[in-house]
Amino acid sequence: MFKKITRRASKVAAIAAAGLLAMNVQAADPIRIGSFLSVTGPASFLGDPELKTLEMYVEKINKEGGVLGRQLELIHYDDAGNASKARNFASRLIRSDRVDIIVGGSTTGATMAAVPMVEQAGIPFISLAGAVVITNPVKKWVFKTPQTDRMAAERVLMDMRERGLNKVGLISGTGGFGSSGREQTLAAAKAMGGIEIVADETYGGSDTDMTAQLTNIRGTDGVQTVLNFGFGQGPAIVTRNYAQLGVELPFYQSHGVASDGFLELAGNSAEGLRLPASPLLVPESLPESDPQKPVVEAYKSEYEARWNTKVSTFGAYAYDGLMLAVEAIEKAGSTDKAAVRDALENIKGHVGVTGTFNMTPDDHNGLQANSFRILEVRDGGWKLID
Amino acid sequence: MFSEFLQYLFTGITIGATYALIALGFTLIYNASHVINFAQGEFLMIGGMATVSLTAMGVPMLLAIVLAVVLAGVLGVALQRLAIAPAKNADVVTLIIITIGASIFIRGLAQLVWGKEYHVMPNFSGDEPIQIFGAVLNSQSLWVLGVGSVLVAVLVYFFTRTLTGKAILATSMNKDAARLVGIRTQVVLMLAFMVSALLGSVAGIVVAPITFTSYDIGIILGLKGFVAAAIGGLGSGMGAVVGGLALGVVEAMAAGYLSSDYKDAVAFSMILLVLFFMPRGLFGAKVVERV
Repeated sequence: MFKKITRRASKVAAIAAAGLLAMNVQAADPIRIGSFLSVTGPASFLGDPELKTLEMYVEKINKEGGVLGRQLELIHYDDAGNASKARNFASRLIRSDRVDIIVGGSTTGATMAAVPMVEQAGIPFISLAGAVVITNPVKKWVFKTPQTDRMAAERVLMDMRERGLNKVGLISGTGGFGSSGREQTLAAAKAMGGIEIVADETYGGSDTDMTAQLTNIRGTDGVQTVLNFGFGQGPAIVTRNYAQLGVELPFYQSHGVASDGFLELAGNSAEGLRLPASPLLVPESLPESDPQKPVVEAYKSEYEARWNTKVSTFGAYAYDGLMLAVEAIEKAGSTDKAAVRDALENIKGHVGVTGTFNMTPDDHNGLQANSFRILEVRDGGWKLID
Repeated sequence: MFSEFLQYLFTGITIGATYALIALGFTLIYNASHVINFAQGEFLMIGGMATVSLTAMGVPMLLAIVLAVVLAGVLGVALQRLAIAPAKNADVVTLIIITIGASIFIRGLAQLVWGKEYHVMPNFSGDEPIQIFGAVLNSQSLWVLGVGSVLVAVLVYFFTRTLTGKAILATSMNKDAARLVGIRTQVVLMLAFMVSALLGSVAGIVVAPITFTSYDIGIILGLKGFVAAAIGGLGSGMGAVVGGLALGVVEAMAAGYLSSDYKDAVAFSMILLVLFFMPRGLFGAKVVERV
């Protein structure tokens, strides 16, 4: 009994001492970074790696002395993929937590729900969601780190044109990702010129066979290549049907399936297809001269060592978001919201995992289509083409 | 031109055979209890997922299939014992709602155990597709068709030639009368759930190489199977098969000749038409309700 008490007392003392030490380090108020992510629910494959990334890098930055001599404090809520929850949490972050900057919003829905609050309160917000609408038209306080689906479409069409493939058969999923991708591909083809979409087929999210659509595309006059814009298991079924039908045309997928899980599902039939993807999938094949190589390699190895799971491109969006926020706060020399916003808008040549960011007042994303790398599936793995 | 038509037909038959297999499971439980078992899709999922996870653990394919089917059978019995039997005096609608609840429960459990990813199962007999007149047919489609035909034959035999099958039919027609002639109706019901779970899991296993499998595969396939059963006439084995194939072929033809955007719309309009003119489905029994 007595032993227990002394043990407990010593524990309490130790905790108190640690607390005192910590207080000494945190002489100044911490910089408060707010976040709302879809850590659970249907979009958890986005929010989970994003939260892990934010947690580990806030920890790391704090260990290395923080930013402007102040520690970072991460305040985080889980919106479970629900836009109205996201809106409430954004409001709570602004009003009661009084954060200095928000890095979050896993889905486009969650992001757009928070945008009005953020714009009204005047607080810098770096979104981690994909759609074009977030930064186009430009909103004063809103930035984002992932490339848009428009860039993915442009990148694929650029690669096709280089190979002399000008007549494209398009097949896309009817889900949000696929249908937005379809629209952006049609628009990009029109804007680029010299490339034509000759077939335009769709499939439902839970369809189990797409041979009919592919047969139609194959029978279209002059078609030279096929692009599938979709997400989930659909593209894997399209890929398998494509191989079963023995279609000889070069085949492209979108960045929506740029993951090892897709290779597993599609198996041998994925051989030879190309897609736009983050360099995170192929860090070791990047040339030494590539400025992104050390950043990508460091993120991948640190993440995998810390969490013991495979790194994901979605976590990288959070990495870039946090690092952009840190750079902007350092440049601004304070956490004054207007100053941080101006600094964010003027970030040039920031090398991140997703790409090299060059923000301008007209471009709050700062990435170009060529930040996507074109990969080809060879021998069941990814091969960097361009 | 002909090869395209043939390709659409093959596609339709493949999808249709999948729907037909699922529809058969609905038929069985409906025959025994007039309950539409909305957990039928979950039996399908259990079959596919258990096989995939067992093979991943190093169990040989054949043994994994057997174990998965047994697991589904046990689950079917448990569903009847733990969820349906305690509410034995409830009317059919209540029981149907119970099966919906059970399906959500099973799906949630599967998500916890197996995660949310999609999984692949290899084809039973090689990935090489079969070429016929310029159209291709996935070899797994033949497995689906073959297993489907065998199951239909077995079911027809079971219901018309065996005492147990007849006992199930008798229970469905008049529970009290069946009990009077010495049929233990609760056991019969349990049997129907078990057989239907076995059937569902076998369907789930043979279609998994085509559709992939995941914890939520049962929702959509289950619904489509139910639609197929309704077109064919609930309770008719032949109807389930014809309904499934018709649904699949119409979907594929619509995707091929009209527009892939409208294929589901065309399929569902067909259901409306069939049910409008033949409310009991294509092969439904002419039952006269006594008032």
